[in-house]
Formats: sequence, C-alpha cells, structure tokens
Amino acid sequence: MSQFSRRESLKSLAALASATALGGWSALAQAQKALTVGVIYVGPRDDYGYNQAHAQAATELRKLPGIKLVEEENVPETAAVQKTMTGMIAQDGATLLFPTTFGYFDPHILAVAPKNPDVRFSHCGGLWSEGKHPKNVGSFFGYIDECQYLNGVIAGHMTKSNKIAFVAAKPIPQVLRNINAFTMGARSVKPGITCSVIFTGDWSMAVKEAEATNSLADQGCDVFTMHVDGPKVVVETAAKRGKMVCGYHASQAKLAPNAYLTGAEWNWLTAYKTVIEAAQAGKPHPNFLRGGLKEGYVKMSVYGPMVSDAAKKNADDIKARMLAGTFDIFQGGLKDNRGVVVIPAGKALKQTDLELEKMNYLVEGVVGSIG
Amino acid sequence: MRSVLKEAALPVFAIAAALLLFGVFVWFAGASPMEVWLILFKGAFGDWFSWQNTLQRAAPLMLTALCVAIPARAGLVVIGGEGALVLGGLACAALPYVLPLPANALGSLALCIAGALAGALWIMLAGWLRQYRGINETISSLLLAYVAIGLFKHLVEGVLRDPASLNKPATRSLAEGLAIGGIGGSDVHWGLAIGVAACLVSGLWLRATPSGFAVRVVGGNPRAAQLVGLPASRLILAACGLGGACAGVAGAVEVAAVHTNANASLIAGYGYAGILVSFIARHNPVAVIPVAILFGGFGAAGSLLQRRVGLPDASVLVLQGMAFVLILASEGLRMVDWKALLNSRAPRVQEPALRKEPPMHDEPAAVRPLEPARPPIPHGVRVAHDVARLQEVTR
Repeated sequence: MSQFSRRESLKSLAALASATALGGWSALAQAQKALTVGVIYVGPRDDYGYNQAHAQAATELRKLPGIKLVEEENVPETAAVQKTMTGMIAQDGATLLFPTTFGYFDPHILAVAPKNPDVRFSHCGGLWSEGKHPKNVGSFFGYIDECQYLNGVIAGHMTKSNKIAFVAAKPIPQVLRNINAFTMGARSVKPGITCSVIFTGDWSMAVKEAEATNSLADQGCDVFTMHVDGPKVVVETAAKRGKMVCGYHASQAKLAPNAYLTGAEWNWLTAYKTVIEAAQAGKPHPNFLRGGLKEGYVKMSVYGPMVSDAAKKNADDIKARMLAGTFDIFQGGLKDNRGVVVIPAGKALKQTDLELEKMNYLVEGVVGSIG
Repeated sequence: MRSVLKEAALPVFAIAAALLLFGVFVWFAGASPMEVWLILFKGAFGDWFSWQNTLQRAAPLMLTALCVAIPARAGLVVIGGEGALVLGGLACAALPYVLPLPANALGSLALCIAGALAGALWIMLAGWLRQYRGINETISSLLLAYVAIGLFKHLVEGVLRDPASLNKPATRSLAEGLAIGGIGGSDVHWGLAIGVAACLVSGLWLRATPSGFAVRVVGGNPRAAQLVGLPASRLILAACGLGGACAGVAGAVEVAAVHTNANASLIAGYGYAGILVSFIARHNPVAVIPVAILFGGFGAAGSLLQRRVGLPDASVLVLQGMAFVLILASEGLRMVDWKALLNSRAPRVQEPALRKEPPMHDEPAAVRPLEPARPPIPHGVRVAHDVARLQEVTR
C-alpha cells in the first residue's frame, strides 16, 4: 500500500477540514479540474489474475496528468455495485467509470447509466450494442484467444506426454474459445496432442481448481493452462507436481519461475487510454472497442528459461503473422470433438466475427464435454 | 424505557470500543484515525445518499437474519439461509415460465409468495430431518445450502436458461411490470419495507401470541413443552418454515428488484451474513432491524473508505470482526451485578454472633463466660456426616 502515508493523510485531512469550512465536499471536487476516474473490481486487486490485470492498468493511470483515480475492490455483482457507481459519481465526482467485470453490465450499469447521462461508463466484457444500450455506456474487450493459441504452440513443443490440460470455470463462449484456441495451437505443432478440460463450475473455486489440476496431472498431462479468475492455485499446484504451465490474465511467472513457460496477458491500458483521451478531449464516448495482439489489447508473458528455441521461433513466427493481420485461428472445415463440422469449409472466421462470440463447441482434440 | 436503554448500552459501548481499536489499527497502517472515523460516519450515515446506501444494503440482511432468528427461538441453529434465498430467487424467476402473471403489484406479490414457499420448504426439510431422522439441523441446513446452489446452477444453466444469455447464464428476465421498484422515488426498494415488516410481525408473534409463546417454550425445553402437551415437532417445523420463507422472500426480492432474472450473482453470501446479524441481535427479530442497518452501514462506509483512503477491502472486515467480537464478548458482562462488584469484591467475614443464655439462679450470670454460637455446618460436610451416621446405623 504505497499510496497512503501518514503525511499524505494529514494533508488530506487538512484539505478536508478546509473544504468542509468552505462548504462541503463538492467544493473540493470542483476546485481541481482533474478527470476523476473510478475503477471497480469484482475481486481483490492482487489476485494474480483478472482483477490484477485491471489494477495494473489502473496503477499506470495514476501517472497520467489530470487524472484522479478512485478504486474499489471486492464489489459483488449485486445492488452493491450500483451503490458503488452512484457513490463514485455523487461522493467522489467521478465522470468516467470502469466497472471491470462482465456481470456489472446487465442490470447494474444499465440501471445507473440512464440516470447519469453526463457520466461515461466503460465496461469490460464487450456487451454494448448499438441502438439497444445508452450512448454514455460502452464496452471493450480483447481477443485473448490469440495469446491462448500461442500458449498452445509453446505447449505443443514442450509437452512430452502429448497430453495437455485446461482448467476452466464455466462452459460459456469466452472460455470455450480459449480452450479451443489453446488446443488448436498445440495441435498445429503435433496433430496427435489431446487437451483434457475440467470445468470447475465457477470463477473462483480454489479447492476444485487444485483438485482438477491434480487429477489432470495424475492422468499424465504435463502442460497446464486455465481460464479462472485467479490462476494462482492452478499454477502453484501444477508446479508442485513438476508440470509446466502457461499463464492467464496476468503474469504468474513469479509464482513458479521454473515451471512458467509463457502466458496470455491482458493489456487493458490500451483501452483505458483510448476511453480517457476521448473523455478529456470531449469527443464522443467510444462505445465499442475490441482488439487483439495487433491493437495492443493483449500481450504475451516473457518466455521462461526452459522454453526451447524451436518453440520460441515457431510461436514468434505465428505472432508476427497475427500482428500483420494475416492469421486466422478459426478456419473453415473445423470439426468439434464429436466429429461434427462447426465452421463450413472454405469460410475462415475473422477475430471480429460475432459468430465466434456464440461459440458452443469444443474442437477436435479436446477431451471433455460441455454439459 | 430504562431497560431498553440498558439493553442498548452494552452494544453501543462495544461498537465504540471497536471504532477506537480500529483507529489504532489504521494508524499503524499509516492512515489518520480521525479521517477514517469521519469517513466511516459520512459513508454510512452522513447524508441522505449514504442513508439510502446503508438501507439498501440492510434490506436483504433483515430477511436472511430472520431465517436464523426464528428457528433459533424454537431451539434450532439453522445456518443454511443461503440455500433458501437462492431457491426463493429461482422460484421467483421460474414462476412466469409456468404461470402467466399480471404485470402489476399482484404479479410481484405472486413472485414473493413463490419465493417464500420455496424457501420455507427448504428449511422445513432441515427441520424435518432433525425431528424425524435425528440429523443435526446445523449441519444439514448448511449442506442443503450447497445442494440448493447446485440445483440453482443446474436449472439456470440448463432448462431455465435464456438462450440470449451467452457468457453469463441467466433465466429469462421478468416482465417490466413485475419488477419491485424504489420506495417513493428513492434508490431503496420495497424489500426494505418487507424486511422491517417481517421483523416486527415475527417479533410480535413470538412475544404476544400463544403460538409464538409455545415456540419459545419448545426452544427453552422441548421435553417440558411436550409434557405440557405442546406439539413440539409441528411448532419446530412451523418456525423453520417461517424462517425459510423470509430468506426465500429475500431471494425473490433480489431477483424482482435488482437482478431482473436469476443468475449466479444472486449467490452473494447474504444468507451467511444473516447468521452474523441474527447472533448479534441475540435472535430477537426486532433487534435484527438495527443490527442489519449497522451491518449495511459497515458496507456503505467500507465502500467510501476504500475510495478515499485507499485502504484494502479487508480493513472493513477487520472493523466488522472487532465490532462483533466485542459485542458478543460484552454479552458476558450483562450478568454481572455491578453494584455488588463496586461495593466490595472481598467476601465478608462472618462475625461471631453472641448469644445470651438465660441466667441461672445458683450462679451469678456475669461469671459465666459467653460462648460463641456454633457456626452452621457447611452443606457438604453435613451430608458426609449424615452418610457416616447412616453407615454406622446400618452396620
């Protein structure tokens, strides 16, 4: 907790006293013309996962001039988040909010936004649609399946048992897309590789995540990745079992320096900055923001020391093609793991294709079922 | 009036002590205690905005606390309110699937009744298992909560799922007219009024009606209750049903007033928070109201504290922990006889009592020494003495 010290507190206390003397809190808020930005997290800021990825970007925002940042963590997707949003607006004078989790959008942002037309809401999760939702609301999201594909390429090179593993939260389109991309990345290296998947049923289930990791390790899987809110448990458990891992959300390299191959990370600062610049310049609110590696919305962790040169070269080549925009993960003729063709032959789906956001299948090579 | 003041004095002292301790705690963390206290007050009760914030957070807690408090008066420790809440919410969201509802207040009432029924049946199941199968209700109600959550997810992600809810499985949203709105244009929804009414009515029921009294007798001593002819099992089931119904309504209100559909966000731990509220209120339904408001105030204040001072969320948990441990510990002081304690703590020495014997004629009374009265033989010794004599006689 570096952002507060006794001296700072005393200063703000003095400011508080003078502001109260001047006639309340609003005087303080208006005295400084900075843009007050509120960031809301569903979990703790230091979860080595989803929330940490956002908190890291928010910390960068502090360094920008003319920005005052207010943050709140562990806010559940209930009436509590509506109160946090209205509190940030009424009590802190925030005019731009980043409610960072999927579940904040409907009904919470949609309930608060129409009552506060002068406040901009930038939701992370990609749910905003033209004509249906208010103009002062927007959403951004990243195509992190590109990074999961590269995770898969590295995993495909490093696996010895040709069995890799995915610990997943729920069988929803976003998660399925990551599982499929990871599996396809690995099978692009060695077509015989299988990826075993276990769904734990919820975003944060430490015990089940550990059980799933152990059981997959017992089945002979030797490279792990995951899509849960806090990858810490999977990373540490896999490392303890002597297996390798590819990270997710943020870098978990510190947790297992000898097992961490690489990882798929968010780079939310890109989206944050785009939205903030528009707000500062008084331009229309960017409602619909998406991007992958090319746009700088996602990034890869630094390769671990054990990753072979061949693996690095292969992954870097594909990454270069992704950056150039000439690589499509989901090609025509793709089959699911029951042999049904899910994308008709000859039709490659671009990352931006909304068809991909309705994904409801596991591709060939995935061992597991949706339900 | 005096007794009410006396009842309130201890918890107030405990909270004050907790705030003081919390001040020391944040001072060590590098924040100014004065500033933190100001923010705590401002965030919870400082203005109308904060009051709305506090009351809205308190609303579901009153109902889930009753799910603990009412069975507790019948002698049961039920901690599975979360299950009743979740199923109440599910029943509320599922009712329009099977029954066309009028899109008005009557429809909302039907939703609440559906929630109440689901919650009541679930907690009655725990009560039934205890009365007829001898299963500890604390354990069974807790485990049943996990079953309820499993059931909820199975249905919400299965047959009840709205196909349009892609990344966040949910049931279909309720029709606009069925939603429960705010009281008089404020942000606080009618769930608060339902909660307050439920607390007052159940408090009155337990205190002033024969059946409520009977429940308390069962809670006091079930065997004595049966001896005087009270139907203990039926009363226990009724208490469980009422408690469960309250938690079920809490779930239904959450769906109808906040979420508009049933989804996993409903499982937010209100049921478990209610346990704490009920214990702090000493299972008194009327006392649940202020305790729930206090709890809501902690939530609201914690929110502002995070934003203003940058303290982590866990620091409010520290304050809550301190407050509740101190409140519960202060209960131990309730039995103390302060007057006696203040007067003298040392046991009194029994002074020898002088007895004057009737004077005899042949001797002058003054010459005869006054004999101290024989101290009474302590009970234990007397028993031992009697036993010894009995043995002597029977030998």
